[in-house]
Amino acid sequence: MLDAAFMRRWMSATAAAVDREAARLTDLDSAIGDADHGANLQRGFQAVTAVLDKEAPDTPGAVLALAGRQLISTVGGASGPLYGTLLRRTGKALGDAGEVSREQLAEALGAGVAAVGQLGGAAAGDKTMLDALLPAVEALGESFPAAAEAAGAGALATVPLRARKGRASYLGERSVGHQDPGATSSALLIGALAEAAA
Amino acid sequence: MILEWSHSARLALEVLVNMLINVPETVVADALRGIAAAHPSLTVDVDNRVVVRRDAPVAGQVALVSGGGSGHEPLHAGFVGPGMLSAACPGEVFTSPVPDQMVRAAAAVDGGAGVLFVVKNYTGDVLNFDMAAELAEDEGVTVAKVLVDDDVAVTDSLYTAGRRGTGATLFVEKIAGAAAVEGAPLERVEAIARQVNGSSRSFGVALTACSTPAKGSPTFELPPGELELGVGIHGEPGRERRAMMTSREIADYAVQVVLEDLRPTSPVLLLVNGMGATPLLELYGFNAEVHRVLAERGVPVARTLVGNYVTSLDMAGASVTLCQVDEELLRLWDAPVNTPALRWGC
Repeated sequence: MLDAAFMRRWMSATAAAVDREAARLTDLDSAIGDADHGANLQRGFQAVTAVLDKEAPDTPGAVLALAGRQLISTVGGASGPLYGTLLRRTGKALGDAGEVSREQLAEALGAGVAAVGQLGGAAAGDKTMLDALLPAVEALGESFPAAAEAAGAGALATVPLRARKGRASYLGERSVGHQDPGATSSALLIGALAEAAA
Repeated sequence: MILEWSHSARLALEVLVNMLINVPETVVADALRGIAAAHPSLTVDVDNRVVVRRDAPVAGQVALVSGGGSGHEPLHAGFVGPGMLSAACPGEVFTSPVPDQMVRAAAAVDGGAGVLFVVKNYTGDVLNFDMAAELAEDEGVTVAKVLVDDDVAVTDSLYTAGRRGTGATLFVEKIAGAAAVEGAPLERVEAIARQVNGSSRSFGVALTACSTPAKGSPTFELPPGELELGVGIHGEPGRERRAMMTSREIADYAVQVVLEDLRPTSPVLLLVNGMGATPLLELYGFNAEVHRVLAERGVPVARTLVGNYVTSLDMAGASVTLCQVDEELLRLWDAPVNTPALRWGC
């Protein structure tokens, strides 16, 4: 079963992964966006770990909801509201339970991902974070490593796609051939989830 | 394709641009402290990233709040003052501000007549201003929003995030700001802002890429001898790359593209806007070419503004914005304005 400490490990592992990969995220973003994705997520997840240390919420849902609110308040750009909504809605879907199962987390994450789709107006294949998150939710019903693998594969699969949402969409055909930075950071988030479970 | 990209990225990383900064993390805060030191007419909250005109709130007057990523100075903080914005919310470089900033700004400037959010049409700005509007309404502030989306370089709007907000932002903020001073109610100020946006079109070219402080090197590669047509204001590459053109050729191209989309039946306001690193000498020469093309096309120019107003860090290049005006919009454009970056009639 997954408790509040598990969710905090997940958020710490995400912060560490974003730190490690910040330069790569920024490089991917400079190819088809505006070269700030790494720095923005770094700032956001540092703030998340700081607030979780300070307030130490005691249920898995409360941890994710607080993390989401913190991202909305610190990141800006599109990624702040989108990642913030993802975690906040996932947290809300988990309710007040002290412990949840992997299956329950998969279901809640599905609700979070749906909220992201609604907020950003994107769908599968638009070359966005959804292309990593949707397959991850599907695979999380099976196992944590399967989810990480599906998210990574989903991010890679954005390379030949043409962007239809966000800043990369201004490039039209020229966005083809580049991996989407948002899908890449989403794969990091799900990879960190598998790390926390290992 | 991937191999090709990583090769070019490595090359780009080798070239670090000299910048007049301390560390990348503090550029926005440092600039805000500098703005506070230079402009006593503004109240600058460095920690919360809100710039407010010192005499706010003005009772009974609609207040305009805008904001967006930093790196476009003087937009938006430079346009805070009587006759234009009541407050500006600067985000990180090229990153929209967070909702907390706009909520704070709205509360500080609301004089009881409501607040108009002027939002450039980028996914991040739209999401954060939407969230802020909801939160501000919860706190009892009446909020209206206007989206600025004037960039004709983005054509396929069904399959993109839609047109970008660029040079027309200045026209919207100035003209709607003047309407607010005249005592127009919120619905009227909002309608005028929409009219200005709907009557404006822009097109930009880059002669160099720009370098964000976080990256320290150009955000895309643009070799000498080439230019990028249809760029936005975030160092994102444009739609087409060509061999370098003359000022005359660029003016022909840019005005042509704008006029394909905006067919003015009355005089226009013209903004010849520098992207940040192009000298005024070149901008004025370009302005002469733009006037020549407009005269050839039979478009009368009512007013002209030349300078660096909606910039993209250290990018070289320029954009052309036209705004078709009727008598009312022209009168509001000519009305007094007193801000750090735009000042006349006072």
